[in-house]
Amino acid sequence: MKILVFVKQVPDTDDVKLDPKTGNLKREGVQSMINPLDANAIEAAVQLKEKYGGTVAAISMGPPQAEDMLKKALALGCDEAYLLSDRAFGGADTLATAYTLAKAAEKIGDYDLLLFGRHAVDGDTAQTGPATAAYLNVPQITLATSIDVQDGWVICDRNLEDCTQRVKAKLPALVTVCGEINTPRYPTPINIMKALKKPRTVWDAAALEADTARTGIPGSPSSTKKVFEPEKRNTDTKYFEGSAEDMAVQFVDMLANEHLV
Amino acid sequence: MAEEDYKGIWIFAEQQNGVLNPVTLELLAKAQELKAHNGEDIYAILLGSDVKALAPTLIAHGADKVIVAEDAALASYSARPYQQAMTQLAEKYKPSIILYGATSLGRDFAPRVMVSLKTGLTADAIDLGYDEDDVFYQTTPAYGGSILAHIVILECRPQMATVRPKMFVPLEADESRKGEIITETVSVDAEDSYEVLDVTQKISDHEPIDKASLLVCGGRGIKSEEDLKMLGELAELLGGQVAASRPIVDNGWLPHEEQIGQSGATVKPDHIINIAISGSVQYQVGMQNSKCIISINHTAGVPIFDISHYGAVADYRSLVPAIIEEIKKRK
Repeated sequence: MKILVFVKQVPDTDDVKLDPKTGNLKREGVQSMINPLDANAIEAAVQLKEKYGGTVAAISMGPPQAEDMLKKALALGCDEAYLLSDRAFGGADTLATAYTLAKAAEKIGDYDLLLFGRHAVDGDTAQTGPATAAYLNVPQITLATSIDVQDGWVICDRNLEDCTQRVKAKLPALVTVCGEINTPRYPTPINIMKALKKPRTVWDAAALEADTARTGIPGSPSSTKKVFEPEKRNTDTKYFEGSAEDMAVQFVDMLANEHLV
Repeated sequence: MAEEDYKGIWIFAEQQNGVLNPVTLELLAKAQELKAHNGEDIYAILLGSDVKALAPTLIAHGADKVIVAEDAALASYSARPYQQAMTQLAEKYKPSIILYGATSLGRDFAPRVMVSLKTGLTADAIDLGYDEDDVFYQTTPAYGGSILAHIVILECRPQMATVRPKMFVPLEADESRKGEIITETVSVDAEDSYEVLDVTQKISDHEPIDKASLLVCGGRGIKSEEDLKMLGELAELLGGQVAASRPIVDNGWLPHEEQIGQSGATVKPDHIINIAISGSVQYQVGMQNSKCIISINHTAGVPIFDISHYGAVADYRSLVPAIIEEIKKRK
């Protein structure tokens, strides 16, 4: 079985600040990391490989520095890594990103299963997985909380708003995984050493035979017109005063006015 | 074709087993504002098999036209047949806008339509409108919610977005509203590569938090799992339920179903009591439309007070037991 797992490098913080002068994000001093749910996708891929045999390739679109994250993916059990890196890929929205990832999947070829984290913590669109499935015209299972493969089908549980579902999709298929699916392992020193010997490939737009009108900014219909810090919605707050007991009396008076007691 | 040749505000009418998802009616309400600006008709797009009976409800809630496309392959949702059907309809009618609920189904479906229509799709918008330059924008929280962004789709049509549930209030049903029901035939392939094997409804010993009329919510400042009992007692006395912001769920003290905020549920109860919650944007997005917001935090000036109707700057460990005591005294 040939599994492709798609990983993204994200900032290691959820407290991003804007530069007040330029309106751009302040990136100084912000470390990057592998998107946490993509680590779950790697773990799911490696467990399937351990159970049924096969290979796992990690694929990422990003700047040259994303090599470090791919080395980590190799240390976690992936067999080979592909970095899709080209200035022409920069500034891509989910349509252009999915196009580029699908071109890589086609070039690698003969895949059985494509795995994604359900969303990336920086963008949180959850769109790149289903969009990649659409480009490749394969069925998809989003929000998987378990995964197994039997007789050419991938079988997953899905956690939805008001129910859980058990579904199956015929391979080749694409699955996006939730955090509940597993606990990613830690890379051992031996596996980190071994990872250095595993094959790593860098592909640019020419290598992918990608149409650069469909990648990066030119291939992205959506763009950010402005970013802003949320407006403070000042409500006239009535504060309770005094000791805890005084406040409790005023608090319960308020509850009584609201017909709650 | 030029952008101005695309006309119509489309709302994907999400239904499963003949039951409309409430987000559909919320989007029909919001569409009235867009129509007031651009003058275009509002269409509800109803895909399924034997679903035509839902069309009058859509009209009563604000649709000018309902396009019904029925096919056995659309009887239950799967991505590819739905993608084919929506793509064919959009290519025929050329709408300027398509909105989907940001539900698990909508977020599974809409990205596939994005690819076949080669257009933009904004994820999980919390607001929509026209800006000072007359450009249609979608507001999304970015980078974990500390920043908001206006996303625009300038050159491609239709302009698409998934929109977070419970952001807008549905219109009252008006049975006298007139609308047109259009039946369309689509050519879709039966999906033989995807199958739902089993569905288990979630059973809970209490109602889901987005249905509760009163919520008592704990946040990062709650010092121990034991303290949640105090919140539970207060909720019970007031006929409400306990919910939480993300740190409590990350600690494993409450299940994800009880989390409010950007990565959890959106709620708008009549009353919400926030205890030891500072009020990050991610949290506020999930509860800011609550009718009466009451907050207890030991630090004055935290953001939650900016949106609160009532506030107490106090340590919850002394105030909450005193409130419980006072309620019991009056019963």
